[in-house]
Amino acid sequence: MSDAPLLALEDVSKRFVRRLDAAEKIVNLLGGNRREEVVHAVDSVSLGIREGEVVGLVGESGCGKSTLGRVVAGVHAPSAGKVLWRGRDVATMSGAERRDATLKIQMIFQDPMSSLNPRMRVRDIVGEAPRVHGLVSGEEVSDYVDAMLLRVGLDPAIKSRYPHQFSGGQRQRIGIARALAVRPDFLVCDESIAALDVSIQAQVLNLFMDLREDLGLTYLFISHDLGVVEHLADRVVIMYLGRVVESAPAAELFADPNHPYARALLDEVPRIDTRKRIFQPVKGEIPSPLTPPTGCHFHPRCPHAKPRCSAEAPALREIAPGRLSACHMNDG
Amino acid sequence: MIRETVLEVSDLKTHFFTKAGVAKAVDGVSFSLGRGEVLGLVGESGSGKTVTGFSLMGLVDPPGRIVSGSIRLGGEELVGRPEEAWRTLRGRRIAMIFQDPMMTLNPVLRIDTQMIEAIRAHEDISREAARERAREALARVGIPSPDERLAAYPHQFSGGMRQRVAIAIALLNEPEVIVADEPTTALDVTIQAQILYEVQKLCADTGLAMIWITHDLAVVGGLADRVAVMYAGRIVEQGPVDAVLDAPFHPYTHGLIGSVPSHNRRGHRLTQIPGMAPSLLHLPPGCSFAARCPRADAACNEMPALTELSPGRGARCHHPHLAETATGGAA
Repeated sequence: MSDAPLLALEDVSKRFVRRLDAAEKIVNLLGGNRREEVVHAVDSVSLGIREGEVVGLVGESGCGKSTLGRVVAGVHAPSAGKVLWRGRDVATMSGAERRDATLKIQMIFQDPMSSLNPRMRVRDIVGEAPRVHGLVSGEEVSDYVDAMLLRVGLDPAIKSRYPHQFSGGQRQRIGIARALAVRPDFLVCDESIAALDVSIQAQVLNLFMDLREDLGLTYLFISHDLGVVEHLADRVVIMYLGRVVESAPAAELFADPNHPYARALLDEVPRIDTRKRIFQPVKGEIPSPLTPPTGCHFHPRCPHAKPRCSAEAPALREIAPGRLSACHMNDG
Repeated sequence: MIRETVLEVSDLKTHFFTKAGVAKAVDGVSFSLGRGEVLGLVGESGSGKTVTGFSLMGLVDPPGRIVSGSIRLGGEELVGRPEEAWRTLRGRRIAMIFQDPMMTLNPVLRIDTQMIEAIRAHEDISREAARERAREALARVGIPSPDERLAAYPHQFSGGMRQRVAIAIALLNEPEVIVADEPTTALDVTIQAQILYEVQKLCADTGLAMIWITHDLAVVGGLADRVAVMYAGRIVEQGPVDAVLDAPFHPYTHGLIGSVPSHNRRGHRLTQIPGMAPSLLHLPPGCSFAARCPRADAACNEMPALTELSPGRGARCHHPHLAETATGGAA
């Protein structure tokens, strides 16, 4: 594990804008005041992921974790900021270089049914990309697909079937085989096990851990399930409304969360070893990302909020070696 | 603690008669529920937990039907009732909360219209009185400014708030039993905790009995008094939550608990149950878990009975994990 990050995000933002439609433009011409709606899905996030590291990205729905995953995987271009792959800005790479870089970053989605083409046989789903990219020749494809399927624990004899002929867990394995087929260095797993049953989740999690060991893969593991992240990740990054609120080595974070939101989130994870507990939830809901609260986004729900919190957004600062948190309380 | 029994289910069988054969979705399920008690009904997809819930509500549609068994609510037999009799019962004495609250809510009607209708369907009271009761129900599940919210449409609520409205509707006629089918699965953790908090308070304060159907053992651990684990249409183990989760008897429960990631074994391989659940159309004659079970042998070709292994606890297994082996961890 070297110290230079394999992948780094520098002040990456992603905004989604809903443009005005014709009627609204006419209203504006007539003296109305309709504005474009802007969602800051990801708001100046900086993050470095070292080779071989598993980073867990946690947050509730609407916090921007999936958007961030898509920016990392190259599905969305960032609205601002830079994505660096092995120290080089992806945006300034030449076409061929960029293709190589993006091929090394593969994504595994939540719903294996909607991410596999229902009209393609498994051998084409897995074999198409490596053939197109010239990783294997036409004659080798068949053996290569067999090897990939074995790698993820599927019987190669099933490769002429279609996705609908498989169970959820098997489909997810096909999705993983497809990602592995282009020999990636980095996997972005976006809620990849959320749709599976508990016993199947364990099987797929074990597969991810085996792959990491055997192939030296680096992961960005996006999940709302803190138990899973705790088990798998070396470092955990917690997002709230587009911003990173805390980032820390997994063991330290789970032992002693710093940010009030991280603490609230950890307190509320149902655990199998806590029984008949009294639930003491944080108040309120996640505000709309269209109109986020001023200052610290968490202040309306925070039990420790002070006047400063609604006026000024706290910076993400180092509070201990390797630990970052964005909270005014750390200023004493 | 001895509780007055509100619901008694014995040997319930709900089968689906499809072209491909008979799917025994619920096959001989028995349990009882006391006042103020929360029973966690746990299982994976296809285990029959939802069909059990639907059977209790008389909501099984053809090709499915309740083949045999009995459901007694406050001593009264429900199986075999005509549809009209079910209708006077449903919503008044036994109510259901679904995973997706939009299944309960009509998107084109205001909340107050829907709630008043639900009350007046069972009781002859004025609209004003019904509205007042609807307001109280919303307040009870923790919806802020219930007066204004009554006039809103379902799409104006967030997911968590919609689920609260669905719970408020279930509470309107003060039923004895609520069947909750994965009501917090689609919600975020902080919102889930809020809902669990309200539910916990309700059961303690009002003596409402609840069947909480879920795949999430951790939620059951935090909420329920007793737990019943279902596999392939049958209850394979049931008992008090602490006892079952700390020292499960059945190898399936044992495997399920082992496969929950927990910080004790951080970074190590999880115990995994090999294979997957069998098709309900082609169940093996013996124990349906045998094919995936590390303890299976020839005896398992015969269906084990649900036997009481310790007071109040039973398991359906020929080779249960008894006290001395129950603490065995990762495989």
